[in-house]
Amino acid sequence: MPADPKAALDRVPPEPGARKPDPLLVADGVQRAFGGLNAVDVGHLEVQRGAITALIGPNGAGKTTFFNLLTGFDTPNAGQWTFDGRSLGGVSAYKVARLGMVRTFQLTKALSRLTVIENMKLGATGQSGEHFFTALLPGVWRRQEREIEKRAEELLERFKLAHMRDEFAGTLSGGQRKLLEMARALMARPRMVMLDEPMAGVNPALKQSLLDHIRDIRSDGTTVLFVEHDMDMVRDVSDWVVVMAAGEVIAEGPPESLSSNRTVVDAYLGAHHDAALTLEDEERRLETTEDAEGSAR
Amino acid sequence: MDWEVILTNAIRAAVGREALVFALLAIGLNLHFGYTGLLNFGQAGFMLLGAYGVATIVATFGGSLWLGLFLSILLAVVFALFLGIPTLRLRADYLAIVTIAAAEILRFIARSPSMSGITRGSFGLQAFADEFYAINPLPAGSYGIGRVSFGANDAWLLLVGWGVVAAAFVVTSLLVRSPWGRVIKSIREDEDAARSLGKNVYAYKMQSLVLGGVIGALGGWLNAVSIQSVQPDSFSTPITFFAYVALIAGGTATLLGPIAGSMIFWAILSLTEGILRGAIGAGFIPTTIMDGNQVGQVRFMLVGLSLMLLMIFRPQGVFGDKRELLLDAR
Ligand SMILES: Nc1ncnc2c1ncn2[C@@H]1O[C@H](COP(=O)(O)OP(=O)(O)OP(=O)(O)O)[C@@H](O)[C@H]1O
Ligand SMILES: [Mg+2]
Repeated sequence: MPADPKAALDRVPPEPGARKPDPLLVADGVQRAFGGLNAVDVGHLEVQRGAITALIGPNGAGKTTFFNLLTGFDTPNAGQWTFDGRSLGGVSAYKVARLGMVRTFQLTKALSRLTVIENMKLGATGQSGEHFFTALLPGVWRRQEREIEKRAEELLERFKLAHMRDEFAGTLSGGQRKLLEMARALMARPRMVMLDEPMAGVNPALKQSLLDHIRDIRSDGTTVLFVEHDMDMVRDVSDWVVVMAAGEVIAEGPPESLSSNRTVVDAYLGAHHDAALTLEDEERRLETTEDAEGSAR
Repeated sequence: MDWEVILTNAIRAAVGREALVFALLAIGLNLHFGYTGLLNFGQAGFMLLGAYGVATIVATFGGSLWLGLFLSILLAVVFALFLGIPTLRLRADYLAIVTIAAAEILRFIARSPSMSGITRGSFGLQAFADEFYAINPLPAGSYGIGRVSFGANDAWLLLVGWGVVAAAFVVTSLLVRSPWGRVIKSIREDEDAARSLGKNVYAYKMQSLVLGGVIGALGGWLNAVSIQSVQPDSFSTPITFFAYVALIAGGTATLLGPIAGSMIFWAILSLTEGILRGAIGAGFIPTTIMDGNQVGQVRFMLVGLSLMLLMIFRPQGVFGDKRELLLDAR
């Protein structure tokens, strides 16, 4: 792993489908249509190993659908993709996770009637106590269980959820559920985490510490791909940004390069052109974009 | 009205054959529905296989009772696989529809004239469990306290039967408190979340379906052995619903719930019957309102009423945790 994942991407041209020096995930011609709607139509996409890649795009761009396809939760109409050289087409979701590609969901899936600590422990892989017959022999799995519990408690501490340890996950607030889901995914020690809007509904102070945590994950050697609408977050933490609109990857590049990118700005504004806008609305929107551009420079 | 008789009969019912058989059916359903979230409406089918497994081997083919036990379990495993393979990848409702139909199909097969060479159709099979009572180590006599006493053969059956219930209790306790149990509970909560964490949801559902079905079949086996008779129409769908009633009354997804629920269910049935008959006999209820022949139906109304009261005042069941119910509202 290069010392600075960002430096490794220095020479990569900021254009859709750009080749990366050391890609972990490579997708080719992945398509998914719902009826007449092309929800995902990704020509070529590579995700650099050990880097933090942000996936952005307007609502309905196909980001979540793309996540579903890559992780085996949905089947594409066409296309193939490889994870660390291994083809994942047709591989079921649980096997994808076991191979080290673990995702979270935009609509959080806290397991309500399990406690927070149980949620966490579920995330660990390779548990001998999860087999039917060994489950009957607590002596076989108890030591591993204690190790898992210890790791779970450390993560809960880091995610500011330690005080909720023994509460049912169903009692958590929306933001706490997001945190729990991310921490739970990390219990699996994934080689790549795919986070679908991990920061939605999390308070700003905690967001900062989450960003630190995402950087920590990267320094442990984990590749991160995350969907996020908050451009400040994206600029802050990501080494590379991929922009989707109407199912296609329309732009790629380091975070600084994007706010000046015409295609990207158009894509975001274009999404609103369908709705009848008043002139004032239009002007206000343009102003905010300009502001965003300004702060990027 | 003789309250002593009424109460002791209720206690007899709470520890009797039906209570233990339904405890096993409910323990199986608890694993399916309570812990894994599988809606199995065909527990009567598993019970039927457990009963006919032993009855046909002994009465039709002249085999041994223990070979019959083996066949009972084997049939339950095959039935579970047969139900699970096409449905467990689909949405939860499919399993519900398929199990209710499959259990009825089994009943129709058992009573069909074309199978009468093996099952003797709607007459059923009788007197196949002598082997079980032949190994009864209890000397002849009466076992129990006062009116709640049983003859040596009944006592032997109850001893073995409650022993099986205890074994099923221990096995399910170990399982649901293990990491395996954590996985099936997570499937109940959200199977996609379990998948995203690398759990083979299909395999776990299948394991749960098989184990719960086998426990139900053991109930069927014990029932057949104790009454020395099997008859297809005693395995109709209401049996499954009674088992669900026992489970929900005792507390879904609790370890003692299905056992206590079944005991309570049969005690209430006996109690209401005793009280109604006593009241009619003593003239408290005039025969213009109801007579002794209607007791059978009316007691089920009263059971329904007591269950409604239980659900109003203790919706989580006897052993349930109220906090869990509150979560559903969110
Ligand atoms: N199961 C489905 N059936 C029909 N259409 C769907 C389905 N799932 C997604 N779509 C459509 O596919 C498109 C892409 O949706 P997707 O959820 O991937 O967007 P997204 O980029 O994640 O948006 P957001 O930022 O709002 O989460 C949308 O137009 C959506 O309506
Ligand atoms: Mg989305």
